[in-house]
Amino acid sequence: MHRFSEFVVGLLFGWGLLISGMTDPGKVLGFLDLAGAWDPSLAFVMGGGVLVGLVGFTLARKRTRSLLGSAMHLPTSRDLDRRLVLGSLAFGVGWGLAGFCPGPGIVAMGAGESQAALFVVAMIVGMLLFELLDRKAKASAARGAEA
Amino acid sequence: MTIDWTQFTPWTALAGGILLGIASAAFILVNGRVLGVSGILGGLLVPSRSDTSWRVFFLLGMVLAPATLTLLAPGLISAPRIEAGTVAIIAAGLLVGLGTRYGSGCTSGHGVCGLSRLSPRSLVATLAFMASGFATVYVIRHLI
Repeated sequence: MHRFSEFVVGLLFGWGLLISGMTDPGKVLGFLDLAGAWDPSLAFVMGGGVLVGLVGFTLARKRTRSLLGSAMHLPTSRDLDRRLVLGSLAFGVGWGLAGFCPGPGIVAMGAGESQAALFVVAMIVGMLLFELLDRKAKASAARGAEA
Repeated sequence: MTIDWTQFTPWTALAGGILLGIASAAFILVNGRVLGVSGILGGLLVPSRSDTSWRVFFLLGMVLAPATLTLLAPGLISAPRIEAGTVAIIAAGLLVGLGTRYGSGCTSGHGVCGLSRLSPRSLVATLAFMASGFATVYVIRHLI
């Protein structure tokens, strides 16, 4: 049941990205181009998503178990640190360069777009690079703590 | 600022957004998970056996979304317009991969779910990636 619902949620989320226009980089860049002929559509995507999400997460906060009985995996970190800000700034530059963010890149790859597949491969390389750098940083921090 | 009314699609944008919200709400309520695509994919790259299959099934759903939607509603979605060249696509992918992992999230985890949770971290992240997204497109389209 868990695996089935995860699959269905992925499907629904993909449909939402397709219907909203998020999987079309031309549409995304039209939204990000404030100084040109601006297309405000994507503000409605986030508006619609947050509107429904607010209800969902308000209900979720009262629960100790999910409807299928699993633990509630909610983020606990509250730090407004450099990693959060610099990482998000770098993500925005990449988003503005191609018009793809992670979800739409994966969905457009599923539609058979070779450029989207290339984007996803590069994104995975970037994520692996993070694992490498992060492991190194944590190891040297641990060494520093010992010394 | 001039608005491009010919490209403006508020109803499909809103409908798609509501669907994103429904999927995110269902994921936290039914499965107890936050729907953040970069985190779900990134978590696969540090495999711990018990934590892999749910990520794979979710991503499989995403990959099969275009084919199934085309089957159910032919002609509803138009082909994506990809302007960026190969070098820009690769640079974009690397930056998105690195940035979303350092920033612990992307447009779904921070933008939709985080704002819905009223998380200050997600608000800061969303403002940051929107700002640099706007700035990048300004530089590419109006300065270079």
